[in-house]
Amino acid sequence: MNGGKSRELKLGALGRVEGEGALHLCVHNGEVTEARLKIYEPPRFFEAFLRGRAHTEPPDITSRVCGICPVAYQLSACRAVEDACGTVIDGRLAALRRLLYCGEWIESQTLHIHLLHAPDFFGCDSVIELARIQRAEVERGLRLKQSGNAIVELLGGRSIHPINIRVGGFHRVPTRAELRSLAERLRRERDAAVDMVRWVSGFDFPDAGCDHELLALAEPGSYAIESGTPTAMDAPSTAGLPADADRALPTRAFDVHTFGDHVVERQVPYSTALHSVLDGRRHLTGSLARYAISGRWLSPIALEAARDAGLGDPRQGTVCRNPFRSIIVRAVEVLYAIDEALRIIDTYEPPAHPAVKVPPRAGTGHGATEAPRGLLYHRYTLDAKGTVTGANLVPPTAQNQGAIEEDLRRTVRERLRDGEPTDAELTALCERVIRNHDPCISCSAHFLDLRVHRPHSAAREGNPPTGA
Amino acid sequence: MPTEGGRRPKLAVWKFASCDGCQLTLLDCEDELLGIAEEVEISYFLEASSATDPGPYDLSLVDGSITTRQDAERIQHIRSVSRRLVTIGACATAGGIQALRNYADVAEFRAAVYAKPEYIATLATSTPISAHVPVDLELRGCPIDRGRLVEVITAFLAGRKPDVPDHSVCFECKLRGTPCVIVAHGTPCLGPVTHAGCGALCPAYGRGCYGCFGPSNSINFSAFIPLLRRDGMDTLDVVRVLRTFNTAAPEFDAASREEARR
Ligand code: SF4
Ligand code: SF4
Ligand code: SF4
Repeated sequence: MNGGKSRELKLGALGRVEGEGALHLCVHNGEVTEARLKIYEPPRFFEAFLRGRAHTEPPDITSRVCGICPVAYQLSACRAVEDACGTVIDGRLAALRRLLYCGEWIESQTLHIHLLHAPDFFGCDSVIELARIQRAEVERGLRLKQSGNAIVELLGGRSIHPINIRVGGFHRVPTRAELRSLAERLRRERDAAVDMVRWVSGFDFPDAGCDHELLALAEPGSYAIESGTPTAMDAPSTAGLPADADRALPTRAFDVHTFGDHVVERQVPYSTALHSVLDGRRHLTGSLARYAISGRWLSPIALEAARDAGLGDPRQGTVCRNPFRSIIVRAVEVLYAIDEALRIIDTYEPPAHPAVKVPPRAGTGHGATEAPRGLLYHRYTLDAKGTVTGANLVPPTAQNQGAIEEDLRRTVRERLRDGEPTDAELTALCERVIRNHDPCISCSAHFLDLRVHRPHSAAREGNPPTGA
Repeated sequence: MPTEGGRRPKLAVWKFASCDGCQLTLLDCEDELLGIAEEVEISYFLEASSATDPGPYDLSLVDGSITTRQDAERIQHIRSVSRRLVTIGACATAGGIQALRNYADVAEFRAAVYAKPEYIATLATSTPISAHVPVDLELRGCPIDRGRLVEVITAFLAGRKPDVPDHSVCFECKLRGTPCVIVAHGTPCLGPVTHAGCGALCPAYGRGCYGCFGPSNSINFSAFIPLLRRDGMDTLDVVRVLRTFNTAAPEFDAASREEARR
């Protein structure tokens, strides 16, 4: 197929945060000269039209950025607005928010594990095909997913764009009886989650590493989800270690109020997503980063499952830098989220009021939470009446883009060393590398055709950039 | 819907400018998903499968609004290869929240989000699918209701007309037996002018409806807006509540423009 020394691979239509992207890869003399994740998801301009809205509106509005992790958007928005207004939500309301977030983690991570990622390990195109050979496992996964949805539906009213979340808390809080019947179901699903961790740990994983800084929230005493301090772990190369080193490295933390000084977004011409860098360097957020930063705070059952699955013991300073194995970390996080949900339900007492009052004041507020795909940051500036005068959203996928491109370069380079792969092989490999990071649902399965261009074929890009 | 030769009908799911939430609703039908997949051939659904079939399709579900020139062309093609085309959700049926650009200068919007706006190609408006091609059925909501989606697919398979309500949220509220939040707490509620389909969710949580299913078929805004004012909303509040996920639906659009002129 490719006679020359150079080749260029284009995958039209893969996806980005909630949608549409493509892959563009150039290889010259066995070296990767370019690996780009091109984003052409049409722009929707959230940051622009948030200006002029009331301070109570960002949770419902920004929820519509992403149908896959609406709770993450709602809660990052709530935190940022509450921060601007000088209000802190703690105690029972904070616990309920964490419970809600556990529901989204269970739902969203099981979706990625079973519907998007696992088919890769069986050479299947979709979960439907996977269900023909792994019916019981897929059905178990769908039940687990449903139990996550059940949490979000009870606390939020519905699983996509919940209606019950507001700045200051909730519109209505659940009764103890409502939570009790949910708990019975979750107790059954906890056993199913242990089996799921075992199932994914038996997949066949290529050797791989990632030489990125790992960024996640840290909240000593708990596995950070709905709050915490941004914390970064050094990349292995800074310590002279190989990319697949499984040792924890030094970390540094910074105040969320200085997030914009550390994580800087840059626009690149081929993409409608903004790329970000952390203190000038490439970084990765998401499951691998969380496991490295907070792994020691997992509950005993999750720690044990992680150990049995070959992830080692994070309390002994073991981390996982193999992106292909992120599916195991996700499965452990699902188990943890179920266990944590049960813990919250067991001690639940309804809060005195479903919400606290959050009177507006002029100022800027910052909020960060751990969306299933990684750290999601919001910033709002309000005037004295509470009208939003400025807004900034930094989603995990935009942050991970540089790391994904580096993983593509590394993987293709290593593959080329083992002999000449066919285009089909290279394509499949690249798709897997991208799905490892769960860039967002449509991203994960958004691959169409592959075109190979000779060096002088003056190839035109399939889709001009447009963004989200 | 019967197909020639007894083959399974082909289903396609398409995405335009959206949050993906409406097509994700199909994956949220955990109980029905594998069953549906036995009865229809899921021929094109990038969110769920990397295999693609060029069509033609018996049923196309379309999520998202038209915001780029390429997408305006793509929907023409999709229509031409689809026997039935159903739009799912507020983005596809009304232009979605991204239609807020219709009131603004897009160049300014672009500049607010992107440092180098010249890289970004987009249309000045976000328009519903029905502004571009004939649509066989519209499912409302931001997002659509899971039960209604299953009903549309099952009815399609059985070759019957789907049962989709066209009354207002108030009607569902009464069916559900929820006390009216306007009457009980003086909470402003868009239920009287909002299309049914969610089962009157917000009032059941003690919150006023914010219109995510778009305008109902019989609307009397001149009588309705004074109710919102009585319950404490000023002009700005009224404009804001009408300008969200269904802002470009003609009835909400007209009412918000009139209100903004006051
Ligand atoms: S209508 Fe709402 S839920 Fe559906 S795709 Fe659009 S923004 Fe998402
Ligand atoms: S609460 Fe809202 S939807 Fe329900 S009856 Fe009252 S006005 Fe109608
Ligand atoms: S009550 Fe109104 S805002 Fe709430 S879900 Fe139903 S249609 Fe949407």
